[in-house]
Amino acid sequence: MTVQSQPLQKQEGIQIPIKALAALALVGLLAAPFAVYPVLLMSVLCFALFACAFNLLIGYVGLLSFGHATFFGGAAYFTAHAVKVWGWDPLAGILLGALGAAALGLVVGFLAIRRQGIYFAMITLALGQMFAFICLQVPFTHGEDGIQGVPRGRLLGLIDLNEPLAMYYVTLAIFLFGYFAVWRIVNSPFGNILKAIRENERRAISLGYRVDRYKLGAFVMSAALAGLAGGTKAIVFQFATLTDVQWQMSGEVILMTLLGGIGTLIGPVVGAAFVIALQNYLASSDFPVTVLIGVIFVVCVLVFRRGIAGEVLEFLRQKKNRSLPS
Amino acid sequence: MSTIFGIPAPALYGQILIGLINGSFYALLSLGLAVIFGLLRVINFAHGAQYMLGAFAAYGLLNYAGIGYWPSLVLAPLIVGAVAIIIERTMLSRLYGLDPLYGLLLTFGLALIFEGVFRYWFGTSGKPYAPPPQLTGAFNLGFMFLPIYRGWVVVASLVICLGTWLLIEKTRLGAYLRAATENATLVQAFGVNVPRLLTLTYGLGAALAALAGVLAAPIYQVSPLMGTNLIIIVFAVVVVGGMGSILGAIVTGYVLGILEGLTKVFYPEASSIVIFVVMALVLLVRPAGLFGREA
Repeated sequence: MTVQSQPLQKQEGIQIPIKALAALALVGLLAAPFAVYPVLLMSVLCFALFACAFNLLIGYVGLLSFGHATFFGGAAYFTAHAVKVWGWDPLAGILLGALGAAALGLVVGFLAIRRQGIYFAMITLALGQMFAFICLQVPFTHGEDGIQGVPRGRLLGLIDLNEPLAMYYVTLAIFLFGYFAVWRIVNSPFGNILKAIRENERRAISLGYRVDRYKLGAFVMSAALAGLAGGTKAIVFQFATLTDVQWQMSGEVILMTLLGGIGTLIGPVVGAAFVIALQNYLASSDFPVTVLIGVIFVVCVLVFRRGIAGEVLEFLRQKKNRSLPS
Repeated sequence: MSTIFGIPAPALYGQILIGLINGSFYALLSLGLAVIFGLLRVINFAHGAQYMLGAFAAYGLLNYAGIGYWPSLVLAPLIVGAVAIIIERTMLSRLYGLDPLYGLLLTFGLALIFEGVFRYWFGTSGKPYAPPPQLTGAFNLGFMFLPIYRGWVVVASLVICLGTWLLIEKTRLGAYLRAATENATLVQAFGVNVPRLLTLTYGLGAALAALAGVLAAPIYQVSPLMGTNLIIIVFAVVVVGGMGSILGAIVTGYVLGILEGLTKVFYPEASSIVIFVVMALVLLVRPAGLFGREA
């Protein structure tokens, strides 16, 4: 999102002991399945990766995609089909999902980047809805039933993924890989050009960058990473259904990113954990989750645009500024 | 039985009529979206929810207050318009000057709230709403039977579209509105109360959506989900038409509705996606939309 009016991504100058925190987080993630139900954790990891992929577009290129469920859910279908019907290795299935999502991203991105801003959001939403209709009708997705009973199988023929801990650590590895990929993209020369496009597209054009190609490249990468998340989710939960491709899912990933903090690396993870925990908590009550999600949206947009991580970073920055003699 | 391109003529006419009806709603909703976007620079995602609220207002007025169809045609838009004015004053107006995407996200959140609340109260199944007794029955047009209510919807929506167009193009208020769309600061400097104009415009757009909802209630069932699925199609319509022109939004709505109806006859599998395919083709050939001005 182009937020020239409020600098939310300027993290320079904050001295947080990043390495120590990262090591602490890693230890926490490695130990987590002994404290929390692993399936819940894996769900958080899949959605966190999905949100990070989405954030790559909105946070660093300023493009709001309202159709990211296409890549997440599409990849889930591809992976589920490859593993269940063709009997592929789960890893190969997940890779196929990510590749398929990248291909979808190429098509959707090619069309959507022809318009900017608000139109980009509407086009991705419409194309996402079209993909959901297609998934409802083509035979391989099994319509309303979805693809059920996907075997988890043995990873590379070695690791039995039916073992919850093994599945958890594989999911964690995939998440870390995706997170690293996002970090690498954002902190590369390519990522700097993306940020330049976000800040001032016309200037980037006048500097000689082929903005459309960079946008499309970022879109495909984001789609592929969303697909990685979706494919992994299909293996973890052993099904792929229409829920994953519908616009509500696109809305959810937007919410996770917005709540966690657009344009921060850690924000989408925080947001995903928060939303999944909330849904899990409310699943047993009959409280309408949609209403709560809507309320969080409204509150975030009105008073909390930096998101959780953004607010924390801002707080740290102000604290630092105050302690410095000026 | 006569056939056209191998299709029985009554089926063809029937689908064209359905297309025309759907097109009426596409036109009414994209018109409201275009009016709101033109002045507020906000894509009103809650437009579908406001359409649904209009239908539920008519349903509620009938079932809880015994107020029938005709008064509802006026009352429901007033109620929804008032709700929209409160939303604009308390929430939307805080977002002017920020990135327009925030407006989209806010109204998306509002749409989720409305949809969720009504689904919690009424469930997902549709509620029937009978057309008024004056409009039941059907005409025999010679080549097909036209249910009177459906004919009424087509005529009414055309009149509403024309009326809105006249309001914007031919009245003083419309002139202010168009001027503020071009340059709000300058218009304010001339002594026009632009913030009030913004509020009124949002209220008017929402009222239009609610009016469409009342018209739709006897045709489609009144259901909490009726708005959101429609609004995504209307977004595609808006992308095809471009939001630069009011008339363009109206024409595109009707044409795409009829096209969708025809697809249902000739290739039913594609009928739910044909509008999106047209959108993709238009983006390839004329990215700014058929009637759009390059932003």
